[in-house]
Amino acid sequence: MAFIDRAARSLLMTELLSGLGLTLKAMFKPKVTLNYPYEKGPISPRFRGEHALRRYPNGEERCIACKLCEAICPAQAITIEAEPREDGSRRTTRYDIDMTKCIYCGFCQEACPVDAIVEGPNFEFSTETREELYYNKQKLLENGDRWEPQLAANIAADAPYR
Amino acid sequence: MGFWDGYVWPLILIVLSVLAIVVPIILLVAYLTYAERKVMGAMQLRQGPMVVGPFGLLQPIADGVKLMAKETIIPSGANRVVFIVAPMLTFFLALVAWAVIPFDDGWVLANINVGILYLFAISSLGVYGIVMAGWASNSRYAFLGGLRSAAQMVSYEVSMGFIIISVLLCVGSLNLSDIVRAQQDLWFCIPLFPMFVIFFVSTVAETNRLPFDLPEGESEIAGGFMVEYSAMTYALFFLGEYANMILMSGMTTVLFLGGWLSPFAFPPFTWIPGVIWFALKVAACLFVFIWIRATFPRYRYDQLMRLGWKVFLPASLFWIVLTAGALIAFDWLPK
Repeated sequence: MAFIDRAARSLLMTELLSGLGLTLKAMFKPKVTLNYPYEKGPISPRFRGEHALRRYPNGEERCIACKLCEAICPAQAITIEAEPREDGSRRTTRYDIDMTKCIYCGFCQEACPVDAIVEGPNFEFSTETREELYYNKQKLLENGDRWEPQLAANIAADAPYR
Repeated sequence: MGFWDGYVWPLILIVLSVLAIVVPIILLVAYLTYAERKVMGAMQLRQGPMVVGPFGLLQPIADGVKLMAKETIIPSGANRVVFIVAPMLTFFLALVAWAVIPFDDGWVLANINVGILYLFAISSLGVYGIVMAGWASNSRYAFLGGLRSAAQMVSYEVSMGFIIISVLLCVGSLNLSDIVRAQQDLWFCIPLFPMFVIFFVSTVAETNRLPFDLPEGESEIAGGFMVEYSAMTYALFFLGEYANMILMSGMTTVLFLGGWLSPFAFPPFTWIPGVIWFALKVAACLFVFIWIRATFPRYRYDQLMRLGWKVFLPASLFWIVLTAGALIAFDWLPK
């Protein structure tokens, strides 16, 4: 009987046909791929993307050059030099992040006492040369200005959990 | 009969009718690659090409331009002439067979009496392109691919030949238009259903498509006979493979699915011109080709040979005897 059963199965190709049925069914299911450049997936408020240096609403930069981020950075990607400004406040003269070294761990934004350095929602910052990924203070502040609405919203959204 | 009336005009007419067949086929090949990517994408819950043009419709053209713009690399150890001739031969043979396929009643380039033999001969010659490519590349992978392809195509042609004979027994003619006309009342895929299945599987093996694509075998022999080809020579192989797929679908349509005949012989269906029915049937066959590719994993080589020689060959032989016996017993032989 086992022989007849096996022969009938292979002659009638039941397994092959059920396989074909499965792929045909899959064909009419909704697609799981996003049409990426035109369509993007959701991102958590805690997403750790491109860095930015934020400012206060009055335009004053937040960073007070405490260098905690530089100290905690496990990849040693951050370089800071600081001097007192004319008005006597302590400010950075140099704030560089080597984005090729950065591992996007988010320790810098955790360490920052004034929420100055943050990792934003932007992940599309590829460049054609390596040099463009050595970010300086100007670039980071520009990022901050560009993404401020979203950065502020993300920090507010995450605040209840801190 | 002057020079113009006797030679030039007929020649121009023939060239024009050849172009009227070849140009749509090449376009069809281009869009078959698109359809394949779309259908397989859908079956794998992906979207397929979406970027070039609306819904990615210009993707095949972009691919073609890319392949033409690339450099043709000829390996230093290769036999240059054979290396170049092989893809041309594959492509040429895939197109030349279309001469005898009837698209509609009377729409055939060369209505020869032994059309089916011609078709069979040309499709059998297809193996030469691949064997030559495998040999001329002077590469181990390509050589293995060529060997596999030779063995595989020869094996499956045997049972294909027997299946064609069983169809011919029911028709009594080797002319493809006559074969279609003989299916006026009943398509051969119904009385000869097992033969139809075996024939279709053999055409899949004959065109080296999955699950029988051992001559290419990307995962084991890195692309087989195509491994050394690049740019336009590769494109010709590619075009040839897909043109062969369309040809084999056309052959299945003519032999088993009633060619240009509409499925029901009453008005709303008979108003649609035969060529549309023919195209629809070919498209359905091509869909099955792609569907099979999206579903099944590749055969192992001994399984492939076992299927060809120990399953298909005895089955088709048995069915010939059965068909001939039934035709004689019930006096159904075509007069």
